[in-house]
Amino acid sequence: MSFISLLWVLLLGSLLGLELIGKVPPTLHTPLMSGANAISGITMLAALTLIVKAEGNVPLLIIGSVSLGFALFNVVGGFFVTDRMLAMFSRKPSNKK
Amino acid sequence: MNLPVIIKFVIDLLAVLFLALGIKGLSKVKSARDANRLAAFAMSLSVIGLLSYYLGTSGITIQSWIWIIIGSIIGSLLGAILAKKVPMTSMPETVALFNGCGGMSSLLVALGVAVFPISNSLENFDFFKSLINQVSISVSIFVGAITFTGSIVAMAKLQGWLSTPGWTQSKVRHFVNIVFVVASLIAFLDLINGNTSSIWLLVIVSSLLGIGVTLPIGGADMPVVISLLNSYSGIAAAAAGFVVDSQLLIVAGAMVGAAGLILTQVMCKGMNRSLVSVLFGGSLSAQTTASSGSGEYTNITSCSVEECALTLEAANKVIIVPGYGLAVAQAQHTLREVTKKLEQNGIEVVYAIHPVAGRMPGHMNVLLAEADVPYEQLKEMDAVNPDFPATDVVLVLGANDVVNPQAKNDSSSPLYGMPVLDVQEARTVFVIKRGMSAGYSGIKNDLFDLPNTSMVFGDAKKVLSDLIGELKDLGVGEK
Repeated sequence: MSFISLLWVLLLGSLLGLELIGKVPPTLHTPLMSGANAISGITMLAALTLIVKAEGNVPLLIIGSVSLGFALFNVVGGFFVTDRMLAMFSRKPSNKK
Repeated sequence: MNLPVIIKFVIDLLAVLFLALGIKGLSKVKSARDANRLAAFAMSLSVIGLLSYYLGTSGITIQSWIWIIIGSIIGSLLGAILAKKVPMTSMPETVALFNGCGGMSSLLVALGVAVFPISNSLENFDFFKSLINQVSISVSIFVGAITFTGSIVAMAKLQGWLSTPGWTQSKVRHFVNIVFVVASLIAFLDLINGNTSSIWLLVIVSSLLGIGVTLPIGGADMPVVISLLNSYSGIAAAAAGFVVDSQLLIVAGAMVGAAGLILTQVMCKGMNRSLVSVLFGGSLSAQTTASSGSGEYTNITSCSVEECALTLEAANKVIIVPGYGLAVAQAQHTLREVTKKLEQNGIEVVYAIHPVAGRMPGHMNVLLAEADVPYEQLKEMDAVNPDFPATDVVLVLGANDVVNPQAKNDSSSPLYGMPVLDVQEARTVFVIKRGMSAGYSGIKNDLFDLPNTSMVFGDAKKVLSDLIGELKDLGVGEK
């Protein structure tokens, strides 16, 4: 990928983000923040790339592995915690009736 | 194009689509839970896509697998355990911690690539020779470090492990932070000049900058900071995407970055704070003590739980204003018991939710939902404000600044202009509070001095359970 097309990707991604989040009820701000936060752990892909490309370079493998750990901590924890919060909302109607 | 490339292309495209749909779905109560799962699915899909691509092209060595598995298991396990165990009241700190770790991950990737150039092995990408790479590595480290230390400081402050040191409220802090910024700029330029070792200077200085910027910010503004840092972690991820040449990372990072910014804006609006004053204005309470200073109450009426119960029994319409104090006392379930009794007696009960009730927008909704409060009874501020004049009793539980009439009446107040709940319009207001201490902003609350306000002193949970007893004695909810 050329740098210019990566810049396009960046621009379009940002616009998509702005557009998607436009209208959210305040109720969902905390779950949304936590969900978006989990997605930012996508750096796990960069960490994976680092490990695969390390070619036996042990310090690099360790850095990659630690980085992967941090990213997955963010991703797994983030999605679980968001689910826990949202479970409380969706449980409501069924409980009432 | 060979097969692995095509497969990865398709999977990446699907992952982006699902992530976008996930974020979109998270903005509606009905679809939110499925949307969150969809986003999680998209994330695992992206991992499968990347691994299958490497398996199909260069292959993955056993050694690499071992390190992948070690990192994944430890990270996922700790994340899952923390997510299951943490109490709902500590949600803001938890998000901050997760967020900081995301930033740390971006930082480490960039650092790894910078310190151990693996140029010829990463498809035709010449690390540290192209300017673009140096820039994206620097950005990734700079933003990643700020995200990490900033989030950790935010978490520590919310947990009460860290207080705001006095010197950070003076102008000195601006000077210190400017020094950090200049130093990181120097490190960055030095890096571009080819001096690889200055990367360490960049790491240290940007970490310090993260601390220096977050430390002076008062607890009340912390949610805004966390939201902003959340946006930063997206930017860090996008920068890391440039480092390893991954479009998926750039798209996802940019989406989170943009989303975080919007959310930050919304929070600022809810608290009537501009982002600039949050970031550079220091703690709100420090400003207050400097400007107004006087915080003496002259006309406090205190009353017993019994009186409160009697008034409640005679009411037709009751509005509950829950605040963070309620959450801290873990009294949301007891509160639900009280309101159940009132409802059984035919009294209309509504919960007035200020946009920043709790410590984050939506935090209070989560806490009340946990206590089985029907969703329909939760009313947003704008919807409930016209109802106060027709309300007999308002119960303020652990909320303070969001019911301070100063925000409407006193143009010299630091709170002036903040949207508040007009509880003083109601016939009777009961404020259940542990003592006369000020709210998060540290500002005196004029509401407490009003003739129709009565204070019920005590721990929210204790007062509410006493209230249940009194209501029982009065025969409320017994039919």
